[in-house]
Amino acid sequence: MSDKTPLYQAHINAGGKIVDFSGWALPIHYGSQVDEHHQVRQDAGVFDVSHMTILDIDGSQSKSFLQHLLANDVDKLVPYQALYSAMCNDHGGVIDDLIAYWLDGDRYRLVVNAATRDKDIAWIDAKASAFDVEVEERSDLAMLAIQGPHALEKLANISQEIKGALVDLKAFFAVELGHWMIARTGYTGEDGVEVMLPAKEVVAFFEKVLAQGIKPCGLGARDTLRLEAGMNLYGTDMDEDVSPLAANMAWTIAWTPEDRIFIGREALEVQRGCTKEKLVGLVLQGKGVLRHGQRVITPEGDGIITSGTFSPTLKVGVGLARVPKNTGQTCEVDIRGKLLPAKVVKPCFVRHGKRVVE
Amino acid sequence: MSEIPSELRYLSTHEWVRIDENGDAIVGITDHAQQALGDMVFIELPEVGSELAAGDEAGVVESVKAASDIYSPISGEVIAVNEALEDAPETVNNDPYTDGWLFKLSPRDEGELEELLDSDAYAEKLEDA
Repeated sequence: MSDKTPLYQAHINAGGKIVDFSGWALPIHYGSQVDEHHQVRQDAGVFDVSHMTILDIDGSQSKSFLQHLLANDVDKLVPYQALYSAMCNDHGGVIDDLIAYWLDGDRYRLVVNAATRDKDIAWIDAKASAFDVEVEERSDLAMLAIQGPHALEKLANISQEIKGALVDLKAFFAVELGHWMIARTGYTGEDGVEVMLPAKEVVAFFEKVLAQGIKPCGLGARDTLRLEAGMNLYGTDMDEDVSPLAANMAWTIAWTPEDRIFIGREALEVQRGCTKEKLVGLVLQGKGVLRHGQRVITPEGDGIITSGTFSPTLKVGVGLARVPKNTGQTCEVDIRGKLLPAKVVKPCFVRHGKRVVE
Repeated sequence: MSEIPSELRYLSTHEWVRIDENGDAIVGITDHAQQALGDMVFIELPEVGSELAAGDEAGVVESVKAASDIYSPISGEVIAVNEALEDAPETVNNDPYTDGWLFKLSPRDEGELEELLDSDAYAEKLEDA
């Protein structure tokens, strides 16, 4: 049996086609995944992401704990700022990718993936035991992602309080409103926010969001949107056997200060500068759809598609692929026995409604 | 629930066939198939003039979610394909039994139709699945 978010009945009422996603019953779409994709690129959509795991970290050593736990450095943050980071194991493999918020004082919040919840909590609890910190899972909170070029203006119509909170909210910053937190973050490549709020209030809030013409969108569109934006999906584009250096996440590793000993640092220092693979974007030339697991052929050796789809915005097959480091500007992809040419690009296809590849 | 018109014949692999007023066989995929696959993005059709035997691979329908082979329900020569699907593959989602047809055959042996599922038998297959 799948877990249900507080919005389960609301999804059914809105025509959601429910599937199991990492043990959660969530809508894959409400009619058309492609329509929902365009809705977010062109206007505004809302996703139920209450399955994601929210962990609050508090205690006199919470900062030094997170500086040890994460490959990125929370010391870069000012209050209410967000940071994307890998959480690595001792071998430099990625246990999970997450967003860390510094709220204020000793209070931090982590948002980690639903599929990795159990192992993440076990790992974090084990590492926390050496520090004066409390780790609290906030399963009392629900979470909505409201995304799209008109998301903020439509949300502001809901109440004066929300309008006030959004006025000065910069990208990758959050604001607390009582028990609510609104963060200008997302997983779509569009402007928007993620709202964490008490689970018992989410049904009423969801109705208010829909009443603003913000349409419900399912996990299907969430995946094509993040892939067009070139954002990694944990378990698909990287996992415990993949270094962040081979997952286009080198920019998230804070090497300085050099005396910050984070978990995995030693292994990553060895790999640094000599990784054999890189994660790139592929644009299929001609008709077809790139899919996870397809073989990529280059003169330097074979690679593999880690995420693939048909881009609703570009109307071509696009994907992320792990390929040999020296791969040039073209390659071939084995699509059900046929070798089709693909262009190798930076892993980002669409941002803010506009194409960023030729 | 998916729609299953009673005047059509079906394959258990979710293709339908209709004999038109000229005796030609029009082939498409069922409402159930389009719902299961989701938004269509690309459809590969057989070449006009090619000969297909019953059960041959005739093309591929590819949705955002997955690629699925299409099989020919009966034998015959391909005399037309639905070229409108090239620019509007979503027609298969919107009208799987009418505007979303895939290809047209000149049947070699109309007796093959008798071996296909009628709407009740196809509905039963879906319930068992």
